[in-house]
Amino acid sequence: MQSENIVGKENMSDILDMVTVSTSPHARSKDTVAIIMYCVLLAILPTSLAGVYFFGIKALIIILIGTLGAVATEALVQPLLGQKISIMDGSAAVTGLLLALTLPPTTPWWMVLVGAAIAIIIGKLIYGGLGNNPFNPALIGRVVLLVSWPVQLTRWQKPVFLFSKTIDTITTASPLGILKDKGAAHIANIRLLDLFLGNRAGCIGEVSVLLILLGLGYLIWKGYVTWHIPVCCLGTVFLFSGIFWLINPAQYANPLFHLFSGGLMFGACFMATDMVTSPITTKGMMIFGAGAGLITIIIRLFGGYPEGISFAILFMNAVCPLIDKYTMPKGFGRA
Amino acid sequence: MKLKTFLGGIHPPGNKRLSEGKRIEAIPLPQKVYIPLVQHIGAPCEAKVEIGQKVKKGELLADSQAFVSAPVHASLSGSVIEIKNYPHAGGNQVKTIIIESDGLDEWVKEPQNGQNPLKLSPDEIKQKIRQAGIVGLGGAAFPSHVKLSPPKEKKIDAVILNGVECEPYLTADHQLMMEKPADIVKGLQIIMRALGVKQGYIGIEANKPDAVQAMQEATKEDSHIEVVGLKVKYPQGAEKQLIKAVLDREVPPPPGLPMDVGAVIQNVGTAYAIYEALSSGKPLIERVVTITGKGIKKPKNLSLRIGTLFSEVIDYCGGLTGEVGKILMGGPMMGLAQYTTQVPVIKGTSGILILPKGESPPTKAGRCINCGMCVRACPMKLIPSILGTYCERDLLDEAEEAQVLNCIECGSCVYVCPAKRHLVQIIKYGKSAILAKKREQKNKS
Ligand code: SF4
Ligand code: SF4
Repeated sequence: MQSENIVGKENMSDILDMVTVSTSPHARSKDTVAIIMYCVLLAILPTSLAGVYFFGIKALIIILIGTLGAVATEALVQPLLGQKISIMDGSAAVTGLLLALTLPPTTPWWMVLVGAAIAIIIGKLIYGGLGNNPFNPALIGRVVLLVSWPVQLTRWQKPVFLFSKTIDTITTASPLGILKDKGAAHIANIRLLDLFLGNRAGCIGEVSVLLILLGLGYLIWKGYVTWHIPVCCLGTVFLFSGIFWLINPAQYANPLFHLFSGGLMFGACFMATDMVTSPITTKGMMIFGAGAGLITIIIRLFGGYPEGISFAILFMNAVCPLIDKYTMPKGFGRA
Repeated sequence: MKLKTFLGGIHPPGNKRLSEGKRIEAIPLPQKVYIPLVQHIGAPCEAKVEIGQKVKKGELLADSQAFVSAPVHASLSGSVIEIKNYPHAGGNQVKTIIIESDGLDEWVKEPQNGQNPLKLSPDEIKQKIRQAGIVGLGGAAFPSHVKLSPPKEKKIDAVILNGVECEPYLTADHQLMMEKPADIVKGLQIIMRALGVKQGYIGIEANKPDAVQAMQEATKEDSHIEVVGLKVKYPQGAEKQLIKAVLDREVPPPPGLPMDVGAVIQNVGTAYAIYEALSSGKPLIERVVTITGKGIKKPKNLSLRIGTLFSEVIDYCGGLTGEVGKILMGGPMMGLAQYTTQVPVIKGTSGILILPKGESPPTKAGRCINCGMCVRACPMKLIPSILGTYCERDLLDEAEEAQVLNCIECGSCVYVCPAKRHLVQIIKYGKSAILAKKREQKNKS
């Protein structure tokens, strides 16, 4: 606005060339979508590094292929779909990294690439991009791989440790696999502390409960994620597995074993909390978390698979709009 | 002291240091004052003076028959040189009486100290408040006598003085509490008498411990007044949030008002103006204004005559530091952006904020990522992201169903949104469209 033309111009104290005239507010926080995504990356970094520590260079390669593959897919495919390339917002990298961390360290590199491409294209871009996707893209990638190559996706190996001399891959069963196939008696010698720290067979990023919780704590501290989903999810699993364990400890594993094994902790902390695909209301988040936990424990206890967190979260993603709809707050002053 | 508060809200940088603790100064008499006939919510005033007429300080310039209105008075002595449409901080042009000073600054009636307003009857108090042209000085500018005249069926049991000043940058109320605590308390006692209320509160955010202390000191004698320390959080000073924090009562959605839950809120500045007017007969012709921001050389707290141009105030404060981004009347969260500095200070001007270029750049709105940060920030327990989407798509019925009319336009949702959506902007549009539709329907039936 040229202030020269203003009516009643008298004693102009200053030259105002171009002032911005807009409605309030005139202050905004520094948070952007990209900053949030980079913080998520930072939050999953510790558990990623743990994966490399436990499973060696192979794990690192899978992580790099997953992350870069997702970013490259987005950069290549978005122009074809007439979308603006949005790799700088960091969300493709998050998807790729999350996917890589949910794969066994023995996954062939090309499979990782296929998974990353599916996660980005089918999981996100065909819906129009970030914010429109109903399902967690990384989980879409993982589940497609799991049903296409079930054998490779459930082949576990013993931790090798990054700097140890052994190069042989010793395949083994995962703790949950042992529980499913052989029963609770056979998990008696698995130490909870090993599970908590990550010294066990499993997917690359899911092994260290400690570092997963550290990452979650960081996101909660930043205010990007709240406690509701993870606490309700883990709490439900704890509660139900605890009930069965109390009824028959010979047949069922103890609740802490359930919390610390499989992909539950990783899923509850980093997958179920995905903003785009989880409820926006606080009450909704609690229902979502509890639902995911319930489905997981039902699959674990009675289903055909040893682990169920991926399916559980995807199912809850699907009903998320419904949950939101029925948990709308009444608003201030409408008790 | 356990700090009280409400659910939701945000923590923008306070930026109060710039002007905090600076004593309230008067500026040299302006040569001209520009006194708009609308400085309040309600019916506009009609001019009672003519061009060429000589007026004195405190003389009635304009008034209205309407109940919801407040008269305006000359803020200096001189002659009326023009009555014309002139830019107003609200954004429109408004009929304005322009007075040229005669340099004498003579009162039409010299203020007389030593009257005891607490001897007046409630009706006399209200009448005098109206005559003095007092409106809410916190920014909303609602005529004070109207707030003090609730319908009989509404039982009022608490008066809360708002000393929260939760808008970043502003320090006028803070400084006033430091300099005039006793007068503010007397103002509160007058308000309580006018309403026949026994219990008074003064709500102050915990970032002003000195003001809390000063007010506690000033209320020592009166056991019916409690100073309430509040958590530092925006919008703690919004009426509904203040009532929630102090009394733990929720004002129902519009047309619900604070009096529906038995509360009346007045700003501390208003209480001071009420005391001044009733103890000495001084109408509201000046007020305390914070002039601040990184765009002004010497931020200050000033006592300004109503009608003083922003430009004059800016000059007095040493001018601008450089390129200006925004000139606001009020704070950064709810302030009104100005396109010129040639607008006058009005009764509702709590601050003049100069933001340098770059502090409040235009932002490009992105797509919602459903992060829920707006939901957690909303002090009205709404879902701003969904309200925004409804309003964008003109789904007015859905928006109304989702309580859009309950939005207080505080801007918290916009502040936190990482996608930089223009939520309040579109919600304001939606609200006005719904209200327009309602008016139309009412006219038809
Ligand atoms: S502007 Fe309205 S919707 Fe946004 S936070 Fe404030 S009350 Fe809630
Ligand atoms: S803060 Fe912005 S991005 Fe997040 S849910 Fe609200 S509108 Fe969407």
